[in-house]
Amino acid sequence: MEKELKYVDMVEQPISMHPKKFALWLFIVSVVMVFAGWTSAFIVRQAEGNWLDYDLPQIFWVTSGIVILSSISLHWAYISAKKDNFIQLRLGMSLAMILGVCFLIGQWFSWKALVASEVFFVGNPAGSFLYVLTGMHAVHLISGLIFLIIVLISTFRYKVHSKAMNTFEMATTYWHFLGALWIYLFMFLLLNH
Amino acid sequence: MATATVANHDSASHDHHDHEHHDNFVTKYIFTQDHKMIGKQFLITGMFWALIGGFLSILFRLQLGFPEMDLSFLRPLLGGWIDEAGKLDPTFYLALVTMHGTIMVFFVLTAGLSGTFSNYLIPLQIGARDMASGFMNMLSYWFFFVSGVIMFISLFIKTGPAGGGWVVYPPLSALEQAIPGSGLGMTLWLVAMTFFIASSLLGGINYITTVINLRTKGMSFSRLPLTIWAFFLTAVIGLLSFPVLFAAALLLVFDRSFGTSFYLSDIYIGGEALPNTGGSPVLYQHLFWFFGHPEVYIVLLPALGITSEVIATNSRKPIFGYKAMIISMLGITILSFIVWAHHMFVSGMNPFLGSIFMFLTLIIAVPSAVKVFNYLTTLWRGNLIFTPAMLFSIGLVSFFISGGLTGIFLGNSAIDIQLHDTYFVVAHFHLVMGSASFFGLMAGVYHWFPKMFGRMMDAKLGYIHFWLTFTGVYLVFFPMHYIGIAGFPRRYYSWTNFEFANMYTDLNMFVSVAAIITFTAQFIFIFNFFYSMYRGRKATLNPWRSNTLEWTTPLHPGHGNWPGEIPTVYRWPYDYSKPGAEEDFIPQTVPLSATPESNLPHEQELVKLELEIMKEDEEVLVANESKH
Ligand code: HEM
Ligand SMILES: [Cu+2]
Repeated sequence: MEKELKYVDMVEQPISMHPKKFALWLFIVSVVMVFAGWTSAFIVRQAEGNWLDYDLPQIFWVTSGIVILSSISLHWAYISAKKDNFIQLRLGMSLAMILGVCFLIGQWFSWKALVASEVFFVGNPAGSFLYVLTGMHAVHLISGLIFLIIVLISTFRYKVHSKAMNTFEMATTYWHFLGALWIYLFMFLLLNH
Repeated sequence: MATATVANHDSASHDHHDHEHHDNFVTKYIFTQDHKMIGKQFLITGMFWALIGGFLSILFRLQLGFPEMDLSFLRPLLGGWIDEAGKLDPTFYLALVTMHGTIMVFFVLTAGLSGTFSNYLIPLQIGARDMASGFMNMLSYWFFFVSGVIMFISLFIKTGPAGGGWVVYPPLSALEQAIPGSGLGMTLWLVAMTFFIASSLLGGINYITTVINLRTKGMSFSRLPLTIWAFFLTAVIGLLSFPVLFAAALLLVFDRSFGTSFYLSDIYIGGEALPNTGGSPVLYQHLFWFFGHPEVYIVLLPALGITSEVIATNSRKPIFGYKAMIISMLGITILSFIVWAHHMFVSGMNPFLGSIFMFLTLIIAVPSAVKVFNYLTTLWRGNLIFTPAMLFSIGLVSFFISGGLTGIFLGNSAIDIQLHDTYFVVAHFHLVMGSASFFGLMAGVYHWFPKMFGRMMDAKLGYIHFWLTFTGVYLVFFPMHYIGIAGFPRRYYSWTNFEFANMYTDLNMFVSVAAIITFTAQFIFIFNFFYSMYRGRKATLNPWRSNTLEWTTPLHPGHGNWPGEIPTVYRWPYDYSKPGAEEDFIPQTVPLSATPESNLPHEQELVKLELEIMKEDEEVLVANESKH
């Protein structure tokens, strides 16, 4: 039996950043560490020799372009949301998501190209690493897509507007991060194969 | 029924939409989002696992101390793992060691320690209503719970639980043909650990966000209790290291289930070569220990934080070197990421690299020594009050010294050639990590029990528990140094085939008996804990006369912690026995302007500033009240 308690909050709390946004950044840090783990393992393993040499699929250039375009569209959506232009907001988001799906399809074709040049998931770790890096990046990208879909639905309920940008900003942060992560992985692979 | 009106502290919306909050049994005790209850859930679950983990160690100690013993009486429990002649199955011995290590390191000293005290104390000591996200916090506990259920099930499957040691090195852990435990048992281990990693990350993200964003007014980083600093840095280490364990484990999953060769190469089984080529088991060790060494500090730092708090309070003295404590914890945090290869000196790694890691490893002794020095100087000439929590904290310092010294030997790559994988290592880490952290956990429970349950634990039983455990730990682990130097390898089922081992039969027997007594002594604690929960003496609001914020809450704080305003903080938490002050402690909530008699010159200057801020606050408050 507890007493009836009335809790009242002070208006001001020393809050430096929206806690959920901050948590998202921490989550991004942990994703960075996962990929840092794999790319370091890649380098360590490569240094030991017995490393299959193969050409990276050319389609990576295309998918990298797509990922950049996708981020640009989302940024356009972001600017539109700040101006409360809902048509452009939804257009920009949809475009970003369609480009995201195109990216995934492109990555799938890169796997086909790898198989065609006899680089398999099961075999020399040089190939296996490539599949793990691209595959796990794709898994994260799908989670980003789901996040965007949820936000897109909420735009139809007018929950996203210039005064309520938090969730949308989190989705864009995550999406840009995933784009940047791919560019990093691609650069890494270009420099280390 | 607790009916509390909890104001929402979403920073985005500063308005006050108070909502009624009716708890039923399920939302109060099971799927609770109250950090205090979640902390208790972690504690009780951790205690459950400690008993299981301890019991497993007794089983293998029986085998080591009494190799000829007839273990048939264990058959009702272990079934087929005890053979016709009453002997323990050798592969099951390995499974026992593996499960003991996994359970103790992860479930007891990571989840049971960080999970309990970070959850319980962070909001209470920084002055917050709850964690940044109560939902994520709840998820964190339930992921841990699921992880535990899976690990528990793996104990009972036909092929036995994982048997490759808590470090699960491939190829042993990667190939089903290697030992029975590497089949389904290992799969369950990996699934359980995935849940565990998710749980730790959810918890850690919450701890960091809360400490950074939800501190009450006046609670600057330079006024944080050292407990909070420790929990905060622990969470940072976890955030950076657990993902790497996940990365390592996923590659292991691919090797086990999809036929890749990240860690496997040129392996022959029954004369037949496996198809895997090109993998590197050393790669796994690098990834694992990049996580594994920081993990040992994840286990230790919270215990050190608790110790700082308990020792300062019960010495009635400010902690010696507050800033030095923080800097050395920061140093440990950073250094813990660049010493991992000291676990791999004899793995075939480049010896030059070994020298570099030896150098870095020895540097970590410096911040560790600073901390020990500061504990001792805090105790020095203090008005010591020997509560059970204080005794356990002093015990921790003792183990940290005796176990840390052996670390310096192990850190020398040349000496480690002799000592690696012997009982010397077992002695080292059971003192410095196992026992020290366990004592930190106990100190925390004895110290914060009155806050958790509103009643006191029995001190006499606490003393008996302490002395039995303290002497027990040394009796168990000290002789292991000698056994290790003599060359006994760890994780061996039996040494009866080695001539030299005969000399040490008695010593091993002695260790086993001591282990059984020490384990039994823990039931005194279990009894004390549950008895005091219902029958203990009613606690006063601030039984240890402590300065930190948690003691300003009601005896049974509701969800939201403080009725009315969250208190503002005006000073650091270690104003004990301040010259001139009336009492020998000044809580953090007492303004400097209220204690002119004890203020130091620079504090006197702050008084003016403080008065101005308080006036402003008053205005806000009045405006606030009129809105209601
Ligand atoms: C003075 C500081 C320390 C030094 C120089 C040091 C050094 C070492 C070295 C070189 C090893 C590897 C021994 C071997 O396997 O051959 C080792 C093992 C270990 N250390 Fe320490 N250590 C120190 C402090 C600590 C602390 C504070 C903890 C935990 C809180 C800890 C936990 C462990 C554990 C768990 C192992 C064994 C892991 C295993 O193989 O299962 N050490 N230490
Ligand atoms: Cu280490």
